[in-house]
Amino acid sequence: MNPAMIPEGAHPLASTIARFVWLLPLLPLLGFLINGTLAMLGVAKVGPADPSAGHGHAEEHGHGAAHGHDDHGHATRHKFAPIVSLVGPGVLVATFLLASGIFFAMRGVEMEHPYIQTLFAWMPVGDLQLNATLLLDPLSMVMIMVITGVGMLIHVFSVGYMQDDPGYPRYFAYLNLFVFFMLMLVLGGSYPLLFVGWEGVGLCSYLLIGFWFSDKANADAGKKAFIVNRIGDFGFLVAMFLMFANLGTLDVQGVAAKAAELPMGGVIATAIALFLFLGCTGKSAQIPLYVWLPDAMAGPTPVSALIHAATMVTAGVYLVARASGIFSMAPVAQLTVATVGALTAFFAATIGLKQWDIKKVLAYSTVSQLGYMFVGVGVGAYTAGIFHLVTHAFFKALLFLGSGSVIFAMHAAYHATHNHDDAQDMRNMGGLKKHMPVTFYLMWIATLAIAGIPLFSGFFSKDEILSSVFARAHHSTLAESSLLGIPGGTLLLVIYGLGLATALMTAIYMTRMMLYTFHGPNRTGAAEEPHLKEAPWVMTGPLVVLGALAAFGGWLNVPALLGAIGPVGGLEHWLEPVVGEATLRTTLGEPAHLSHSVELMLVSTAIIIAVVGIAFAVWRLKPAALVPKKDAPEATGFDRVLENKYYVDEGYDAAIVQPTVNVSRAVLWKGFDAGIIDGLFVNGSALLARAFGWMGSQLQTGQLGTYAWVLLIGVITLLGAFTFR
Amino acid sequence: MNAFLSSINYNAWIVPVLLLLPAIGAVGLWAHALLTAKDPAEKRWREVRVLAFSFFVVEAILSLGLWWSLDPAAAGWQAMVDLPWIPQWGVRFAVGLDGIAMVLVLLTTLMMPLAVLGSWTSIRTKPHAYYANLLILTVGMLGVFCALDLVLFYVMWEIMLVPMYLIIGVWGGERRLYAAIKFFIYTMIGSLLMLVAILYLGAEASRVGGAPNFSYDFILNNVHLDPTTTLWLFGAFALAFAVKVPMFPFHTWLPDAHVEAPTAGSVILAAIMLKMGTFGFIRFALPLFPGAAMNPSVRTLIVALAVIGIVYGALVAMVQPDFKKLVAYSSVSHLGFVMLGVFALTTESMQGALIVNVSHGVSTGALFLLIGMIYERRHTRMIEDYGGIAKVVPIFATLLTIVSLSSIGLPGTNGFIGEFLVLVGSYKTQPVAAVISATVVIIAAVYLLWAVQRIIYQKLAKPENESMQDLNWREIGLLVPLVAAIFWIGIYPKPLLEKTEPAARRLVTYVESAAGKAPVTASNQAR
Repeated sequence: MNPAMIPEGAHPLASTIARFVWLLPLLPLLGFLINGTLAMLGVAKVGPADPSAGHGHAEEHGHGAAHGHDDHGHATRHKFAPIVSLVGPGVLVATFLLASGIFFAMRGVEMEHPYIQTLFAWMPVGDLQLNATLLLDPLSMVMIMVITGVGMLIHVFSVGYMQDDPGYPRYFAYLNLFVFFMLMLVLGGSYPLLFVGWEGVGLCSYLLIGFWFSDKANADAGKKAFIVNRIGDFGFLVAMFLMFANLGTLDVQGVAAKAAELPMGGVIATAIALFLFLGCTGKSAQIPLYVWLPDAMAGPTPVSALIHAATMVTAGVYLVARASGIFSMAPVAQLTVATVGALTAFFAATIGLKQWDIKKVLAYSTVSQLGYMFVGVGVGAYTAGIFHLVTHAFFKALLFLGSGSVIFAMHAAYHATHNHDDAQDMRNMGGLKKHMPVTFYLMWIATLAIAGIPLFSGFFSKDEILSSVFARAHHSTLAESSLLGIPGGTLLLVIYGLGLATALMTAIYMTRMMLYTFHGPNRTGAAEEPHLKEAPWVMTGPLVVLGALAAFGGWLNVPALLGAIGPVGGLEHWLEPVVGEATLRTTLGEPAHLSHSVELMLVSTAIIIAVVGIAFAVWRLKPAALVPKKDAPEATGFDRVLENKYYVDEGYDAAIVQPTVNVSRAVLWKGFDAGIIDGLFVNGSALLARAFGWMGSQLQTGQLGTYAWVLLIGVITLLGAFTFR
Repeated sequence: MNAFLSSINYNAWIVPVLLLLPAIGAVGLWAHALLTAKDPAEKRWREVRVLAFSFFVVEAILSLGLWWSLDPAAAGWQAMVDLPWIPQWGVRFAVGLDGIAMVLVLLTTLMMPLAVLGSWTSIRTKPHAYYANLLILTVGMLGVFCALDLVLFYVMWEIMLVPMYLIIGVWGGERRLYAAIKFFIYTMIGSLLMLVAILYLGAEASRVGGAPNFSYDFILNNVHLDPTTTLWLFGAFALAFAVKVPMFPFHTWLPDAHVEAPTAGSVILAAIMLKMGTFGFIRFALPLFPGAAMNPSVRTLIVALAVIGIVYGALVAMVQPDFKKLVAYSSVSHLGFVMLGVFALTTESMQGALIVNVSHGVSTGALFLLIGMIYERRHTRMIEDYGGIAKVVPIFATLLTIVSLSSIGLPGTNGFIGEFLVLVGSYKTQPVAAVISATVVIIAAVYLLWAVQRIIYQKLAKPENESMQDLNWREIGLLVPLVAAIFWIGIYPKPLLEKTEPAARRLVTYVESAAGKAPVTASNQAR
């Protein structure tokens, strides 16, 4: 039976609090409107009636509006700060409470079919009768809990982090708007509506990366993020064209139903899946479109935590799971997803080894972990991918907010001594554990989680991805298929190897970051060190909650091997109605199975790798030997290549950006438009042009008004003549 | 509403009144000019703008009834008036509307008052002539959308040229004369061939019907031509329309005209006059000559030119140092989408084309208004002369951001609905063209966001920008309706889509079925 056919009211959720699901996006939207209005009221000064009359006395109030965004030092709170602090996080708390209510309602019913809520007819055109519908199912529920839960914590953290920023209301307006679009993305019942959220979060990302827009680098980073994302969005668009032309619908449910009728591994399913994945490489920063994410660190740090680690960048992973019906029909596309994910994970991890900026380390780590998630959803282990998405949201949000606390403290110290050194460079840190103990302990929890130390959350999810890859190398549609001539089974084993190598590097670079930031002697400066102190409770509070989640989040989906410590496969059962069919399709109808001994072997390998990585870093890296950034020598050899991120940005610029701009300017505009069309054909009829030019000059020097009137009278007479005939 | 409108017999008089009122307004302004000749100039221009504005407001209010009074699903013309005009030539004053024309009429009547408000303080020389030109221009534009007689259509088509020529040539920028003449010659050459084709059709009609006849319906249903003639006539019409759209490579008049025209001129050019070209294809070139329009070579050529225009316009826009020119080239790109949607000939793409028509009018109109506003303050259109002004003019910066995002087709705004429907519909018949055109979502983001960044973001480096005044209440007020339209069409386009769907569907079915049989045969399916 086509699930879309179930009438809205007949669904078991219809009689519960879930019928208010439309309020979920609406609440943050209201927050945006209120904060946005306050932001405008705070800065706007309506101009005089006649703009062209004199600029004279603008000076005194012209500057009233001109707050300095570039100088973090302003200690004046915004006049609307109290209201904004209430509204901004407040709507998120309300949204989270409602989401929790819906979550418990969903636990109480049988979720065989998604709950579809139709809001209004959106684009009723021809064969495309598109409605604005919300789709609530266990998968969107997981995402909603992450978005509103982690989102709420980050909103609260921001109250402390952004307190002295002159753009305080604008910041919360954008952040609220982001949550609105993110919820639209996960609730969208059709691909175009999902696309609304998809591009909307990109917009908020653009606005927030460029939040301190007076600095060209920040504005550039925002623009780069938007444009690179749009390259991906092109893929998403083409995927929708293909769906509409071949499946006749753009509805999420309808597409899944029609996709099941397509031939396994056929061209259509493969093309749709690959174009969708192009969209994912943009939004989720995978090769070749990952380049925007490291630059996106130009935004305020809580933004990096929410948008560029926990939620938006995982949208691509969500999309693959959401479209699992299509992907599972296209093993070649699945292999592509997994391969790109594994390569990205490996590649980004190598860059992460040599970054000095604490946020850049975390940025490359995020790119790398996203690659991990794609390996999961790519091999058809949708639960594993989503599981890692959730645990990553916990520990990476914690890491980013923790680094935010560190940067906050560094800023305050530099500000107190009027020093303009780099507050994000780890070479200027060191020994912070005695100054900020809460942050120190919590960030170690997150580090152990991401490194994959047993019983911390990341261990469970990472292990599940790796063992899923291993299991599918022998018995799955993927193993029977091949990519670029490489048999799927072999490829999956290579991917598994890349995953292990990545895990090793992850443990190393994370330990490196912790050692250089918190251990060893302090390198901030003798004058600055007394000013370093722990952040206020409004900031450390959310960190503590995230710390608990990062530590214990693995309980969401405990493997059978460790059945003693908690409920086995919770998340797997939860997501079964959504991705179960697609998962089974990839594993040829029976659940992926590994013998007990193989599983034990895989787990112990993963544990050994994590421990070895950490131990290696502690053994090799000597924080005491570091010198502050300004005294540090230039890197040489391969270190330099890594520090410069393999020069990929420079390569793109030279190979794509500059040629396009130059050809457009020199060939298309100056050459073709002005040269050939205008020069040769238009102005080339020189005599004609000159004749008209002469006439024109006569017009200009003569009484033009008279001419105009003669013409007008003629026209009016003509009009009158036929009208009154 | 409907009961009220039928009680005043609205449909019977509205179209002639809409055509007549601006003409009366022009006479009124002339009278005002004569009567106040001795008054100080300052007093005169303040009075005349109010006078002209009132005419446009009355016109807009009167036209609003069309939204309710027309039944979009009805098969025939509505609000039709058919009077003899030049009986010996069989020329009639025949006007009427369908859903497609109605939407464009409303776009015109609603944009005009905003255009006047946009030049509220900037036009001080020869104000009477300026506003009279705007009024006459309105007659011509509305006439084109309403005409159901080919000669009447041609007259209206040419009437538009003169006032626009003068508006650019007299009240324009430094190179106004070059731009005005270029505009005039380009369009004139295009339309002269159309006149020949119209006369040919009239002669054929006379042969078939026994008496001279230029009636659109008569020619549509009774004149059957051999394929070669059809091709020639289609070419003549298509050239006139292609220049107006403008289609690549006939577009080079547009950047000059846009840049040199005063704000109201640019707004009207972009928002309404460019729509004449696409409307011409929809109303005349396609249904009158379906065999030619659907001829595979012709169709491929036009689709190819549309796609080239889409990509080329966007790439050239990217490298413009002059913001007004950038927006002008972006129009070439947007109008390419309309042409693609029309010639892809599916209901979805046709509906998308009609939405792009309207939303390009709204968004690009708003962009030109915004450029006019900062031009009035700083007297420069060069992007590099700005930078960082979001700090001093936050209201302007916010509105510029919203309008730019709608222009690059951000979902939730009008730009997305139109482009998405065009592309998703075109893919069914023109997959390659649709995919190539879709790359413009990337380039559009590049050219507009880059320009926006260089204007409102980065450092406030130029001292002369520090004392810029933010928008005043008039400017905010005139942009608010446009911003409202951006979100209305973006979020809930259904009411608008419903108005044009039956006509679009009829057109697609008619052209498809008529083109299927060659030579062109009569069919009443169209109306």
